[in-house]
Amino acid sequence: MRRLKEFLIEKLILLSGITVILFVVLIFVFLLKEGLAFFKEVRLSDFLGGRYWYPISEPPRFGILPLILGSFLVTAGATVFAVATSICAAFYIAEIAPARIRDFLKTGIEVLASIPSVVLGFVGMVTLVPWVKSVFHVPTGLTALSGAIMLGFMAMPTIISISEDALAAVPRHFREGSIALGATRWQTMYRVTIHAAKPGILAASMLGIGRVIGETMAVMMITGNAAVIPRTFLQPVRTLTATIAAEMGEVVHGSAHYHSLFSIGIILFLITFIINVTADFFLHRVRH
Amino acid sequence: MKNIILACLLAVSLVPAAVAQEELSGTIQIKGSDTMVNLGQAWAEAFSKAHPGVTVAVTGGGSGTGFAALIGGTCDIAEVSRTIKEKEVALAGQKGFKPVEFEVALDGLAVVVHPDNPVDALTIDQLADIFTGRVTNWKQVGGKDLPIVILSREVNSGTHIYFKEHVLRKGRKDIFDEFSPMALLMPSSQAIAEEVAGNENAVGYYGVGYVTPAQKAVAVAQDADSEYVTPEVPDIISGRYPISRPLLVYTPSAPTGVVKAFIDFVLSPEGQKIVEEVDFVPIKFR
Repeated sequence: MRRLKEFLIEKLILLSGITVILFVVLIFVFLLKEGLAFFKEVRLSDFLGGRYWYPISEPPRFGILPLILGSFLVTAGATVFAVATSICAAFYIAEIAPARIRDFLKTGIEVLASIPSVVLGFVGMVTLVPWVKSVFHVPTGLTALSGAIMLGFMAMPTIISISEDALAAVPRHFREGSIALGATRWQTMYRVTIHAAKPGILAASMLGIGRVIGETMAVMMITGNAAVIPRTFLQPVRTLTATIAAEMGEVVHGSAHYHSLFSIGIILFLITFIINVTADFFLHRVRH
Repeated sequence: MKNIILACLLAVSLVPAAVAQEELSGTIQIKGSDTMVNLGQAWAEAFSKAHPGVTVAVTGGGSGTGFAALIGGTCDIAEVSRTIKEKEVALAGQKGFKPVEFEVALDGLAVVVHPDNPVDALTIDQLADIFTGRVTNWKQVGGKDLPIVILSREVNSGTHIYFKEHVLRKGRKDIFDEFSPMALLMPSSQAIAEEVAGNENAVGYYGVGYVTPAQKAVAVAQDADSEYVTPEVPDIISGRYPISRPLLVYTPSAPTGVVKAFIDFVLSPEGQKIVEEVDFVPIKFR
């Protein structure tokens, strides 16, 4: 009887594991099936390198270069902002903060992680957007910068908690050794601890970036969605994700526009896949 | 075609006294234009009050979504702010549907700017120049020396398509102008309204119902020689205001039962009074 129970549970768990992988494969197959049909009509180079996105015009133009650059600009901005702040915050929590403040901060970070992105987008729209407009004297506050700052906030919880774990995993004797040799706490932190925790921090940053590039709702609300190749941070941009979200509702099923949105999905999937694999690579290095 | 439908409707609407005696029951799914969601909702409430046995569900998503649902068979009525495309008629035909169109209201499209913007009258040509990006500074159209920020709806919006075809391309088939790539595509009319209210550089367009004292609707003229008209209801009905469009509903095939009762109600004086209450323009009751 006990044997049977053991056997059943084991198989159930195995099944759950397989289901997850099966779903990923199915999603990818579906994306490929719907997306690849698009390339019968439009050349890959025109798709990736085209500068104009007019999907419903006659003739339509499916250039996603402005969208890719828009996504990258917003992501890069968010990464710079979020990674710098998050690593400092992780250091404070892991190394300096007294226990009570540490618990308080950790709860705060969890709350930040649980705010729905549409709410963050809305808050950004009414507070950050007018602020960007008046501070930088730009024609409109709906810019890549506004999107980058808001997305930075969204990536921070991920980066902070994983970096903090990485810092906490650095063996005590590393720090003790350093201090025994006469280094100050600050010297220990930026010469010893950060090097020992580097793979973990890199992995955390990569996961944060993965979250940012896939984010949709907040970006759609505050980046202006103009499909133009961005030259500065203070210009409106349109991201890959916002394009799919904004246009999926309209699209005539089976049309070139419909397939083009799936192709954008494939591009996004590839980008996040590469980012996650890189993060995984660094995380494995921590374990060994 | 439209006249024949209306004539038929008029003919049948003389009988419903007899039909209404039987208690109506069932559900009606309405999908489509975001512009018309509030209107559809108001009709639905009034209709369900009169016929407690009928549930009416109204959702938005855009005119294209409405047609997609109509073709897919997931709604009974599609509310839309553009006419059906040939491609959609063909797709519906494959499913065995033959969509029927009803004109249910008019919507004047207001061109809005910040109240502090001194520009208060523009011609269609000037609007086309602004929205295609040929004119980039307000001083080129008689305003201050400020850059123009163009606000538009997303491409899933019937409003976007209508404005492109009738203002940017002036209703002509030989002009292929597009919105400037610099145009900010906003997810809703409300988002455009908010940005215009807070930004002196901005110009946008949406149904007159969304204009509040925080925005200023400019007067529009067909060309430099004709008179400038602000989007007031009498001028939209008479056609003096140049940018107005019909709001339509489609049914997958000739309506019957509850759906027919609902459309009769929409076209009745009572239904048209609701149109006025939610800030659209009633069609002249024929």
